[in-house]
Amino acid sequence: MSTILETENLQYLYPAVEEGEQATVALRGVDLKIEKGTFVVVLGHNGSGKSTLAKTFNAILLPAAGSVRVEGMDTTDEARLLDIRRKVGMVFQNPDNQIVSNVVEEDVAFAPENLGVPTAEIRRRVDTALGAVGMAEFAQHAPHLLSGGQKQRIAIAGVIAMEPDCIVLDEATAMLDPTGRQEVLSTAHRLNREKGITVVLITHHMNEAEDADRVVVMDNGKVAMDGTPQEIFTRVEELRNLGLTVPDTVDLLDRLRRDGLELPLDALTVDACADAVAAALR
Amino acid sequence: MLKDITLGQYFPGDTIAHRLDPRTKLLLVVLYIVGLFCADSVLTYGVMIAAFLICARVSKVGARALVRGLKPVLLIILFTGILNLFFTPGDYLWQFGFLHISRQGIAMAVRMVLRIMLLIMGTFLLTYTTSPIRLTDGLERLLGGLKKIHVPVHELAMMMSIALRFIPTLIEETDKIMSAQKARGADFESGNLFHKAKALIPILVPLFISAFRRADELAVAMECRCYHGGEGRTKLNPLKYAARDYWTLVCGVVVTAGVIALGRFGF
Repeated sequence: MSTILETENLQYLYPAVEEGEQATVALRGVDLKIEKGTFVVVLGHNGSGKSTLAKTFNAILLPAAGSVRVEGMDTTDEARLLDIRRKVGMVFQNPDNQIVSNVVEEDVAFAPENLGVPTAEIRRRVDTALGAVGMAEFAQHAPHLLSGGQKQRIAIAGVIAMEPDCIVLDEATAMLDPTGRQEVLSTAHRLNREKGITVVLITHHMNEAEDADRVVVMDNGKVAMDGTPQEIFTRVEELRNLGLTVPDTVDLLDRLRRDGLELPLDALTVDACADAVAAALR
Repeated sequence: MLKDITLGQYFPGDTIAHRLDPRTKLLLVVLYIVGLFCADSVLTYGVMIAAFLICARVSKVGARALVRGLKPVLLIILFTGILNLFFTPGDYLWQFGFLHISRQGIAMAVRMVLRIMLLIMGTFLLTYTTSPIRLTDGLERLLGGLKKIHVPVHELAMMMSIALRFIPTLIEETDKIMSAQKARGADFESGNLFHKAKALIPILVPLFISAFRRADELAVAMECRCYHGGEGRTKLNPLKYAARDYWTLVCGVVVTAGVIALGRFGF
């Protein structure tokens, strides 16, 4: 597998707002390699640097030291800026603040329009993108009348229309209700599975990491843990020390283990957890 | 209560008036305004009224909607009518103190009131039959030539369409802020105008702050989607002139030229 995103000793700091204040160091040396076609979840509590990390992936923020490379292109290379942004699409937290037009299909067309794609090709991409997120029937609707989950799926479609290799969802589920969150998550998983698009999902909801290929836990501007969900979530104590809660399933298994039941810790999904508990009680 | 406000009202439909290229309609409105200001006699006014009625008929916009459009300018219309009626010198028919009504005054008042009404209703036909996006698209293309003298036409059009996009969002937000303030005992209804205006400040401050935050986030989101100005941009739905656009423009030019010619020859 080839690497799509690669950071090397990546550092970033937000300059002081007022005189006399200290600059806030957000990233203190992050080394990360993300393989093509994987589904990576980046976890961390507020201020851990996970959103800052996301914004360095497509040159919205440039590293203060170290480097970020997208398919070998350095993000500080201004001549490749549009190539980098076309390859790494970004979806943000508030769906209202990333929708540009008051007709759904015009909004999805925004990125290809910017890239100077010919009209017939834009039409094809818009239709494909709306189909891919299951919003084809809403092409002519006004976005402000849609639900949060639907708006966020439109935002994803707007990014897919660039035909990117990688999508970064920067807390894209944080403002949504459980239904909307599920809509966005399953859309992201489907795109990953069916189109082979690399997905980097930034979140603080543990449960969203269950089906990921890989989980990266950020703390204090550094990578604190890195591995498969099974590896990460079984390190219950470590996670708690980082101020993170473990998924409900793992929490349950952990408590039952303390009470002396013979249980594995890595049954992450609800079904697997139920099976494990049933087997232990038999 | 704020939800009732509709700006840039557009009635979706599928008439010829809706299908015309927005540039055609914009040019037609310009011709119409020129015609209105050149019209001076009963005959020329008759031509303009007929032209307006035909357009209204074709676009299938109801008379009620058109009259409703006059409401905000009712005061101006009344004011213009009364001023012209009472203060135009000429052959006096009636006099009382400094007030007088002259034959010329009546004619002038009728002319001015008709002119304003036709002006407003005619331009409303444009916004009623053209969606805001197509309107800004049309403006951008029509004024495209100004780019040569460094007028930021694309940027202005983009600003306009983003403003239109955010009107419902900001109205919703205002409603939310007002409810939040009301829940904590704020009073927006009682008191005189001064009090009411003062009560608006606690709404405007959070609204402005959030608008700036939104602008910031939107700018980043636009950059992420490769926005880099108007250069090399293509369109999902590019504007195209059709045969009907040329015919409509020819008709518009003929009517306006006719009105000007009639005025020249003293009709």
